[in-house]
Amino acid sequence: MTPATLDRREFVAQLLADRGDLLVIGGLGSPTYDVAACGEHALNFYIWSAMGCAAMVGLGLALARPDRRVAVITGDGEVLMGLGSLATIGVKQPNNLAIVVLDNAHYGATGMQPSHTNAGVDLVAVAQGCRFRQVVELADLARAAEMRALLHDGEGPVFILARVKADDPPRVYPSLDGHATKYRFMQASVKPA
Amino acid sequence: MDGRTATTAAHAHSDVAWPDRIHAHFKRVGVRQVGYVPDTGHSRLIKLCQADPEIVDVVLTSEAEGAGLVAGAALGGQRAALLMQSSGVGNCINMFSLLANCRFPCLVLVTMRGEFADFNPWQVPMGSITEQVLKLCGFLTYRAEHAEDVDAIVGSGCDMAYDGNLRIAILLAQRLAGHRR
Repeated sequence: MTPATLDRREFVAQLLADRGDLLVIGGLGSPTYDVAACGEHALNFYIWSAMGCAAMVGLGLALARPDRRVAVITGDGEVLMGLGSLATIGVKQPNNLAIVVLDNAHYGATGMQPSHTNAGVDLVAVAQGCRFRQVVELADLARAAEMRALLHDGEGPVFILARVKADDPPRVYPSLDGHATKYRFMQASVKPA
Repeated sequence: MDGRTATTAAHAHSDVAWPDRIHAHFKRVGVRQVGYVPDTGHSRLIKLCQADPEIVDVVLTSEAEGAGLVAGAALGGQRAALLMQSSGVGNCINMFSLLANCRFPCLVLVTMRGEFADFNPWQVPMGSITEQVLKLCGFLTYRAEHAEDVDAIVGSGCDMAYDGNLRIAILLAQRLAGHRR
């Protein structure tokens, strides 16, 4: 397999361009830095603990808000720790949920140790087996606009696996205050009465 | 003789009714999502939730998925509850940190194993530490020993969890919830 060249920061920036009222969950580790690097946004919820929970936070939110689109942006290590969640999403078939995995085949936060995908474990096949309605694999920035459209309009559940370069760009830390981030998100996204 | 018959009938009646009492409290406080792993003790409550058009039931592969579901529901303005066996509590420990870190409200109903006439002694190591584990994870814990306790305890638990953004766990005794030999 040739090394991936896709820049994760550029890809996430294009994915979240003109995001409107898209609700975004940032998975533990590097994906949260990537989301934060796009600029603070009240409709971001960042996860700083409970590795493996991001897809389920997305599911609970998508079920609660069928009027909104929900994007979970997470990493290969994070999704591997909660692999059963993909099967649970497959049962519920939320039309408005997309899981985006930035797969660099490494654990970036702990020193770039190889992850299971590095050994060829195939998350795309897992997502297909878990009945995701649209499953896309890409390694090229040229498809970013198409992926952005999937987040906003695609029939879900959508699973996007982006093979990104195994680097560790400068970390961009959003707030670590879970209460504050929660209330900001809830106030900004509250459903009109 | 008549008195004994009446007592037996009352117990039989409340044995059937306690899951219905829990479901009624879910309706009263507006629980809209219920996450669970299939379980004998919770089977009636699970069926009630599945049949309820106002409740989305989410069957999980592991109890560990439940905390994320609760957090996501709360972010979306909905109340969620979790149903699990005592063995499942151990699967959740690190995931419960999400609820504590962000003060998400959570009600967990736990059917106990390994404490009364359980055919399987392998349930004892987890069952015997379940309540302590929940306390260490930041839950207030309450215990229902008898069917007639369930209504008041679950009612109070619902109010405390959702009005106060608290983590509340209610242990349903094995003597009440089944799983006997």
